[in-house]
Amino acid sequence: MSDPHHQSDRAPGDEGEGQSGVAKGILGYGIGLVLAAGLTIVSFGVAAGYGWIYQPGIPVMLLVLAVAQMGVHLVFFLHITTGPDNTNNVLALAFGTLIVALIVIGSLWIMANLNHMNMSPGEMARHMGGF
Amino acid sequence: MLLGKLTWSAIPLHEPIPLITSIIVLAVVFAVLGIVTAKGWWPYLWREWITSVDHKRIGVMYCVMALVMLLRGFADALMMRSQQAVAFHGPGYLPPEHYDQIFSAHGTIMIFFVAMPFVIGLMNFAMPLQLGIRDVAFPTFNSVSFWLTASGALLVNLSLFIGEFARTGWLPYPPLSELRYSPGVGVDYYLWALQISGIGTLISGINLVTTVLKMRAPGMSYTRMPVFCWTTLAANLLIVAAFPILTATLAELLLDRYLGFHFFTNDGGGNMMMFMNLIWAWGHPEVYILILPAFGIFSEVISTFSGKPLFGYRSMIAATMAICVLSFMVWLHHFFTMGAGADVNAFFGIATMIIAVPTGVKIFNWMFTMYGGTVRFKTPMLWAIAFICTFVVGGMTGVLMAVPPADFVLHNSLFLVAHFHNVIIGGVLFGCFAGYEYWFPKAFGFTLDERLGKTAFWCWFVGFIVAFTPLYVVGLEGMTRRMQHYDVAEWHPWLIVAAVGAAIIALGIAFQVLQLIVSIRTRDQRRDVTGDPWDGRTLEWITPSPPPTFNFPVMPNVEGEEAYWGLKSKALQQQRLFDEPAYEKIEMPRNSPTGFFVAIVATFMGFALIWHIWWLAALEFACAYAVFVVFAWRDEHEYYVPAEEVARIDRARRAARQQSWFEGTSA
Repeated sequence: MSDPHHQSDRAPGDEGEGQSGVAKGILGYGIGLVLAAGLTIVSFGVAAGYGWIYQPGIPVMLLVLAVAQMGVHLVFFLHITTGPDNTNNVLALAFGTLIVALIVIGSLWIMANLNHMNMSPGEMARHMGGF
Repeated sequence: MLLGKLTWSAIPLHEPIPLITSIIVLAVVFAVLGIVTAKGWWPYLWREWITSVDHKRIGVMYCVMALVMLLRGFADALMMRSQQAVAFHGPGYLPPEHYDQIFSAHGTIMIFFVAMPFVIGLMNFAMPLQLGIRDVAFPTFNSVSFWLTASGALLVNLSLFIGEFARTGWLPYPPLSELRYSPGVGVDYYLWALQISGIGTLISGINLVTTVLKMRAPGMSYTRMPVFCWTTLAANLLIVAAFPILTATLAELLLDRYLGFHFFTNDGGGNMMMFMNLIWAWGHPEVYILILPAFGIFSEVISTFSGKPLFGYRSMIAATMAICVLSFMVWLHHFFTMGAGADVNAFFGIATMIIAVPTGVKIFNWMFTMYGGTVRFKTPMLWAIAFICTFVVGGMTGVLMAVPPADFVLHNSLFLVAHFHNVIIGGVLFGCFAGYEYWFPKAFGFTLDERLGKTAFWCWFVGFIVAFTPLYVVGLEGMTRRMQHYDVAEWHPWLIVAAVGAAIIALGIAFQVLQLIVSIRTRDQRRDVTGDPWDGRTLEWITPSPPPTFNFPVMPNVEGEEAYWGLKSKALQQQRLFDEPAYEKIEMPRNSPTGFFVAIVATFMGFALIWHIWWLAALEFACAYAVFVVFAWRDEHEYYVPAEEVARIDRARRAARQQSWFEGTSA
């Protein structure tokens, strides 16, 4: 890692092995903090409905901001990079993403299907009128 | 106010069965504590076990806890089987509200406090030795994991003396488990015990995953790891991925019960089906968390006692990892009948059948390992062969129930109960017993009595078949699970047979206790001098029995699969041991009481939350934080084992091997 040729190959957020000391570390976390806080503020602004963006686009915008927020956290705070010594972390992230996707998509599918096949008690009351 | 909901009425003074049990258990506990005090063993226990961060000691403590809890869970099983044997046309001897607590406690204890600690204990003990390393990645964390699990077990058992346990089954389905239908403390005992021990399990999972990924001996590449290490990796990946779901789901139920939320209630927009969905998204991977380590143990045992390398090593790894992912895609099969449509049911039914394929690959690999080998029928091998038979039956009935129309007939029947006992006893428990017999000499330096071990095995095996085959029959005849009494004459004889089976299993347990006592008393005649009593193939057998704290005097250099077998063959071929290495001082982690203190704090906090003693809960939370801060500010993390000590221990080991391999007559 201390090889000078590789200095420029470093991804942002990659933790140096003590090569430029504390200052560089603080700088990295500082950039991360500013980006994360900025994304949060923008999210609140968008949701507050100041008319920054087209009204029906708000949910999509929030999703985009949320994904960006995750990216900032992964890069600057969890130091996930594509470097060769990071294979374990990338694989762990991939496994985690797979499992979360399975659970979330599976749950949405199952619950939607259950709701479709079975009336919830509230709905039943509505359909029977004055129940 | 001071004691929350706790009053004298919480003590079961008017119920003879819990009262007498409480008195007996308390008497035994105080007798044990009295003996320990009288003999002056406390300093030793404190120094060498309670505060130990040695993975071998922690593994042994996990296994001891599992065995003690097995007795408790089995007592519940005996009560259920005898109740159903006599409750034909009558109420039996257990009132319904007590019977409901017994089946709930039986399931909870057997899964969370027997099966889980047993497999985690064996992984903790054997995996670092097999990888050729000196400890797990986070030794103090490991101790915290164990003690948090013990804290959960203590809370569940406390419910026997103070208050009541859940009457909702081993998974507290809402709306029954909501405050409206279960106003007592039973469900709260369940929830807090599982939240506390669940955190311990999660920490343990993180610890063991990190250990396998980051801490292998030089040359121990992924495709040279013993299969047990692979299954450990897979099981702990599942723990890390699945246990947060359990914690979140139970936390939602807690919010419903404590703060008036409406996640799973009938009213207020709650949806109890979300609980079924989430609890099984954890629950199905949990099944594989238990069985995968058992698969690993069988792989080691069958290969060792067949005198052959494992057949299809790489296909075994592929099958393990395939199961690891597939286990997250089948959870709906636990509630086929609860209202999903045909397309959803078909998808999860087919996914369930697919998971049988990698499992089948494993079964054939084990059989081909035995084929052409010199099979030695030692006790661990008997458990392994019996497992192949029972697990195939259990697996096939599982595939049968994966067909949704068949499941509509069999759901919640005793057929289902027979199926999952078939895979959990015939798979997980047999695996744990095989591992217990197999690694006992490594842990304690002497072998277990073979004759009593085999007697115990036959009682278990026969008793298991006699106890659970009738349940398949009555299940097909329409008997549902958890029945306190019944009026169907056809069921009665089968349930009497099942009770006889349970009695035969009880005999097996008695022989196991006897085996342990006899083996300890005759330990001087059964010393494992060389540290390799089974002619093993993996690195744990290179160490003396019991291994020193640092496991390996120098890190072994791994040059192929079956690292130890390669070294041993070379040494035997050359008729001499390898040259003595240059010994150096070894850095080891210091013991720490952190785990023990955390457990005490967690137990009091859980108890306070169960009984709504808010001031105590707050106080204990502050204490928990204090324990963490004190640990974080510790000054000395490690100590050194001097090079002379390392040399002394290793020279003794080398002398024993020299003697038995090249000079003595016994092998």
